[in-house]
Amino acid sequence: MTALTPAAASSQIQERFGVAPAVEGAELSVTLPLERWPEFARYAKDTLGCRYFNWLTAVDWKEQGLEVLARLDNLEACVAVTMRTRLQPGATRCPTLTGVFRGADWMERECYDMFGVVFEGHPDLRRILLGQDWEGHPLRKDYAVDTPQAPYR
Amino acid sequence: MEVKPPLPQIPPSVWSDFKDLQEWEKYHQERPTDDKASEALTSIADAIHHMPGGWIVTTSTDKIFNWARKSSIWPVTFGLACCAIEMMATFASRFDVERFGMVPWASPRHSDLMIVSGTVTIKMAPMLKRIYDQMPDPKWVVSMGSCANSGGPFRHGYHVVKGVDRVVPVDVYVPGCPPTPDSLMYGLLTLQEQVAHFLKTGTRPTPPEPA
Repeated sequence: MTALTPAAASSQIQERFGVAPAVEGAELSVTLPLERWPEFARYAKDTLGCRYFNWLTAVDWKEQGLEVLARLDNLEACVAVTMRTRLQPGATRCPTLTGVFRGADWMERECYDMFGVVFEGHPDLRRILLGQDWEGHPLRKDYAVDTPQAPYR
Repeated sequence: MEVKPPLPQIPPSVWSDFKDLQEWEKYHQERPTDDKASEALTSIADAIHHMPGGWIVTTSTDKIFNWARKSSIWPVTFGLACCAIEMMATFASRFDVERFGMVPWASPRHSDLMIVSGTVTIKMAPMLKRIYDQMPDPKWVVSMGSCANSGGPFRHGYHVVKGVDRVVPVDVYVPGCPPTPDSLMYGLLTLQEQVAHFLKTGTRPTPPEPA
C-alpha cells in the first residue's frame, strides 16, 4: 500500500462522508454531523490509518453551542485529521470515541470535567482533574472564574 | 442550558473515607482527658507564676525554652511548586540553613515549621491542612512566594486558594516569585526572632471560620 497523501485522504473522505475537508499542508480538518462522529473515527483509524489518537478537546462558542474536536494522526504517512463537530446550542451530549480508541477515555473525562460535554457510552464518565463534587465546568465561557470557593474565601 | 451557580466546595467527606487513619490519629494525636502529669505541670507553673517574684522564674524559663525552640526549628519538607526548588537550594550546602539548627524533616510529626512553598490548589488545601494538623504544637508556618501569599499570578484561576492564610495561620510571608534563597533565609531569621518572643499564653492568629 502506498503512503497516504493529504489530497488522497481528502478525496476519500469527501467520497465517503460528503463533506469537503479543509486541507492545510498535511493537516485535514473535517466538520462532521454529530451522528457520524464515531463512524468517522472508526473509518479514519481503519481505512486512513490514523491510529494515533492525539488529543480531544472542546470549544465553547457561547450561544452557538459547544464544538468538540479530536485530532487523529497517521504517523507513517505524516497526515493528521482534525475531526470536529458542533453540538446544538444548549446541548451537551456527544457520542463517545472510547469504542474506537481506548485512549479517548481520560481525554473525554477531562473534556467532561472542563466543558461538561456528556459523552454517551463512556464507560466511566467522572471528573478527572477537579474534585468530584465541584459544581460547574470551569472552561465554559459562562463560568465565573472569580467565584469565591466556599471553604477558602 | 441550565447552569448551576459555580460554587466549588471541598468535601469534608473525602477524609471520612479514611476510617483507619482517623482512628489512628485519635489514638495518637488527641490528648487524653486524664493526663495527670501534664495537668500537674501546668498547675505547678501557674503556682510559681503567681507567687511573689515568681514571674522572674517563669519568664526566664520561657526564655530558655524559646532559645531552644528557635535554635532547632525543623521544617517539614512540603514542596508544592517551583518555590520548592529554591527551598531545596536554601537547605543545601551553599546557603545551609542547618547552621541555624534547621533540619528539613520528612515527617510532620517531628516538625515545628511548615514552609508552604508554592501554589495551593483547592484540591491540595485539605491535604495541607491535614499535614498542618499533624504537626505538634508549638508550630509555625512560613508562606513562601506570591502564590502562597495571595494566589500570585494564578489568583484569578478557578482552582487556586487565594492565599494560604485562608487555610492555616501564617507567621511569616516571604515575597517573591519565587523568592531567592536569601529571601527565604531572611524570612526564616525573622521567624526565629518571632519564636524568641513566643509566649505560651499568647494568642495566635486563627484562620477564618469556614462558612
